[in-house]
Amino acid sequence: MSNIISVKDMSLWYGDHQALKNVNIEIPEKSITAFIGPSGCGKSTFLKTLNRMNDLIPGVKITGDIRYEGTDIFSKEVDVNNLRKEIGMVFQKPNPFPMSIYDNIAYGPRTHGITNKVELDEIVERALRDAAIWDETKDRLKKNALGMSGGQQQRLCIARALAVQPNILLMDEPTSALDPISTSRIEELVVELKEKYTIVMVTHNMQQAVRVSDYTAFFLLGELVEFDKTDDIFSQPRDKRTEDYITGRFG
Amino acid sequence: MKKSQLMEKLIHGIFLVLGLITVGCVLLITVYLVISGIPAIREIGLVDFLFGKEWASTASEPKYGILPFILTSVYGTAGAILIGVPIGFMTAVYLSKLASPKVKSVMQSAVSLLAGIPSVVYGLVGMLVLVPGIRKIFDVPDGASLLAAIIVLAIMILPSIIKMSITALDAVPKEYEDASLALGATPIETYFKVSVPAAKSGIAAAVVLGVGRAIGEAMAVMMVAGNVPNMPDSLFQSVRFLTTAVSSEMAYSSGLQRQALFSIALVLFLFIMLTGATLNFFLKREKE
Repeated sequence: MSNIISVKDMSLWYGDHQALKNVNIEIPEKSITAFIGPSGCGKSTFLKTLNRMNDLIPGVKITGDIRYEGTDIFSKEVDVNNLRKEIGMVFQKPNPFPMSIYDNIAYGPRTHGITNKVELDEIVERALRDAAIWDETKDRLKKNALGMSGGQQQRLCIARALAVQPNILLMDEPTSALDPISTSRIEELVVELKEKYTIVMVTHNMQQAVRVSDYTAFFLLGELVEFDKTDDIFSQPRDKRTEDYITGRFG
Repeated sequence: MKKSQLMEKLIHGIFLVLGLITVGCVLLITVYLVISGIPAIREIGLVDFLFGKEWASTASEPKYGILPFILTSVYGTAGAILIGVPIGFMTAVYLSKLASPKVKSVMQSAVSLLAGIPSVVYGLVGMLVLVPGIRKIFDVPDGASLLAAIIVLAIMILPSIIKMSITALDAVPKEYEDASLALGATPIETYFKVSVPAAKSGIAAAVVLGVGRAIGEAMAVMMVAGNVPNMPDSLFQSVRFLTTAVSSEMAYSSGLQRQALFSIALVLFLFIMLTGATLNFFLKREKE
């Protein structure tokens, strides 16, 4: 299995505060990688660096090398909008646009120049099917997305991200605002999605990492402490700090 | 304990009375306008009054048709909106989404300053700069015209439109914009396809507020519009607005003429009420 993202000696500062220190990681393709660690450890910051959403925050400085399919994502030749099309994102809080379900899904494809109605219809249906929410939405595509439940909204947001046909899906604690039933539906969905997509997921829930991920990275105070197969991390961590964290001694 | 309760009630009462003063003023004005505005309309006839094309209040056979004023006010306001809204709206998008904090704070103070300038100053500058300018550029005998009034009004309504649109645009949750950017949309696409639609009620309210401001303005338009009761057939016609129709004759009017002026005020009042109701409608929708 090849690596789709490789990061070398990457550091990040918010003004004077160093939020990430010398992170090195290779993220394998078509698998689920989970980032775990206590609040403020830099796992979300790192995730948002991968699709350059951190560029939007004033005062951010990034050093080191991040490559997506071999290309430096910060190089001048890279079109950031195209990068974000390839590396989609699902946020912590479900954030559908205040528009119809259909328009939410069609937003991305339309932005990237698809105007043909038949083609859009197909994309919308495929995205909603892939996100396992087609049956619940097919009769009310013209209804406002804000009328759905939180769990449905989050699956809609996943569908919206899928509609631009990304390679990678970044998920920033996608279930933290959801109830247990919605959470398990999203977890099932994520496992199905790894057939087609590479998934990188921040979670504060270690059980969730165990349940769904193939690889786990443990962050602490801006450092990537340990990165390995999920089974290995949770059964025989090499670092004492990882062991302390997963056995619940802190965090 | 009892004493403090009494105090509490007393203060409650004082606030209530103070609040009622405002409500009382509105009621008083409404009732007064209706009572004093109706007799002339009865005497002249509603249709002749509203749709009469000629206003000659001091002629030996006076005519009291206010259609010229109504149309002038409507055209003037529409023209001001047509010019002012695009400028104000784009300025608001720029200040809310694109401008650096420094630029934003400087430009916002400038906008507030624009709002604070008395309308007589707008009128004065209009008289001294705009009116001669129009005369020269368009080669017309008199620059004091509907066009001059439209331009002055367009500038005067900018602050209301800009400020209210900024408030609406600033209130758009950042999550919407993040979601759009994360889908690969550019910032400009994001602002126009996500932020602006999400703020559309607030922006509509800003436009209505501008309408209210333009339709109620008297001093500045009196100084630049020529103040002749013509039908507004062309942009270069000297015209008179509803507001200025009242203010320019009130001082020396008497009898039916004076009553007719009250009727004009009543018509103006109804226009303002209508815009107010529209504004409330949009603001309520914005909240939901």
